Amino acid sequence: MTIQANAMPDSPMGAQVIAPPATSATRPMYWSVRRELWEYRSIYIAPLAAAAASLFGFLISLFRLPHKMRALAALDPMRQHQAVVMPYHLASALIMAAGVIVSVFYCLDALHGERRDRSILFWKSLPVSDLTTVLSKAIIPILVIQLLTFVITVATLSIMLLLSTAVLLGSGLSVTSLWAQVSLFEMSLMLLYHLLTMHALWYAPVYGWLLLVSGWARRAAFLWAVLPWLAIFVVEKIAFNTSHFATMLAHHFAGGAEAVAYPGTLPIDPGMMITPVRFLTAPGLWIGLAFAAAFLAGAVRMRRYQGPI
Amino acid sequence: MTVIEARGLRKAFGATIALDDVDLQVAEGRILGLIGPNGAGKTTALNAILGLTPYQGQLRVLGRDPWTERDRLMRDVCFIADVAVLPRWIRVSQALDYVAGVHPRFDRAKAEGFLARTNIRSANKVRELSKGMVAQLHLALVMAIDAKLLVLDEPTLGLDILYRKQFYDSLLNDYYDRSRTIVVTTHQVEEIQNVLTDLMFINRGRIVLNCSMEEIESRYVEVMVHPEQVAAARAFKPMHERQMLGRGILLFDLAVNHVDRQQLGAVGDLRTPSIADLFVAVVGNQPATAPSTAPPTAPTAAQGAIR
Repeated sequence: MTIQANAMPDSPMGAQVIAPPATSATRPMYWSVRRELWEYRSIYIAPLAAAAASLFGFLISLFRLPHKMRALAALDPMRQHQAVVMPYHLASALIMAAGVIVSVFYCLDALHGERRDRSILFWKSLPVSDLTTVLSKAIIPILVIQLLTFVITVATLSIMLLLSTAVLLGSGLSVTSLWAQVSLFEMSLMLLYHLLTMHALWYAPVYGWLLLVSGWARRAAFLWAVLPWLAIFVVEKIAFNTSHFATMLAHHFAGGAEAVAYPGTLPIDPGMMITPVRFLTAPGLWIGLAFAAAFLAGAVRMRRYQGPI
Repeated sequence: MTVIEARGLRKAFGATIALDDVDLQVAEGRILGLIGPNGAGKTTALNAILGLTPYQGQLRVLGRDPWTERDRLMRDVCFIADVAVLPRWIRVSQALDYVAGVHPRFDRAKAEGFLARTNIRSANKVRELSKGMVAQLHLALVMAIDAKLLVLDEPTLGLDILYRKQFYDSLLNDYYDRSRTIVVTTHQVEEIQNVLTDLMFINRGRIVLNCSMEEIESRYVEVMVHPEQVAAARAFKPMHERQMLGRGILLFDLAVNHVDRQQLGAVGDLRTPSIADLFVAVVGNQPATAPSTAPPTAPTAAQGAIR
């Protein structure tokens, strides 16, 4: 304990009563994030369901595994590698897709739902600022969903690898080829890099935009989120017969080419070369983050002005 | 100490003026009833006080500007907006966890103590509770917060009479301690008649009556007269007159009618009017098209502050 510098020694004991009990600034944030997880359970249920589906498919494929491994020996190393890691890539892609879809629908509802069911009046009756609330909602797609996707994917891939090992050992085959092809540790690192660079930072402006629309729209948030961009595209096409705007958006969101040396390869392939410096110095990243910050500032303002619908 | 202080408070929605130059002061320890017809501006006034809506004019709640300092203000202010604002998906235990997590003045044990007296279990979700139980839960959460000001906007709307009675009983017995201030709006005026210390009528965005309950008792009087005495009573110029069971009931404002209780007692039986009757007399007397002039029946009341 340190001595309170601002305590007035000559004031009566009443001063102690008046001073508000200290709350750490992170407590409202922590509980707000937990609150989101209570309300939107799809944040973890959807990736878990995708993982379960992948495992189910993989279980069925295990019957053919010994046969497949024998057949593979005849192929060249590159084809061998691709055939072995294919289910692992597909499983991680499915879980990531679930994470992306959940992120989009979560953002569209995050500031809309509380106005629709009037519970915003309850949340606003508590000493939590609009900034804390909006940031806690932005943290969900930018960080929480990505980390959940990472953990669930790594767990799924580990289970897949262990099951394959068991099956191969059971049928008297060697597991060295399998373990050489499926380098779980490197895959995990690549996955984490991909999730944090692309899904978190590169797509941050998308989440910010969706949250802003969610805080602003009275109904049909999805339409308001999509239609303006479509309208800009159509107007440009009609007016100038060009599509620079669409090309620009597509260029920005399709690849995020700056994060890796060979864009288009599967994100968790250990053979891929990561280029974090190029990613962090890409103007596209920082322009996007500036947009994300502006959208979130708008969402905070919306949270402050908008009441129940 | 003044808890709420407003000067020239204005709020317009397009052409509709919801609050028209409202001046008001609420002192610590008062239980103020804010009564008005639908659309009178009650909820707008409360929303301004709670920092939920921007406004024009001066407003200080516990010395803070509610619009710019809502989150700080909410450490000392609680409100129940109406019975249906608790999120339906939340579990009772989660609601307790959350409020305990974000509110520095929340006493969880106290809230659990209140809940133990009800049929609400901590594993229940709000959607599984009846309307009355949701109100009990919200009240338990709010009463466990050591706040200086509690604002209730139609807190018992849609509840049956048992829950309504219990609501105000708990509020008075377990919460109110004379240092706390409570502002309540309701249409069920007769239920809060004995709870209030102060009364304020609001109509078309203006305060048309503002006085303490003692003042009401000393200032307003109803005379029940037999038909043959009605003419004599009318000579004293009542502010309102109605018929009930063959007798005329005339309501007088002793501060403006220049008549005393003795004179009135000579023509009929005296009694203190109920809030509902007073409301009809004060608000019902207002000309429908002249919202900008103060009512002739209570010219001094609108300026009078609550002590």
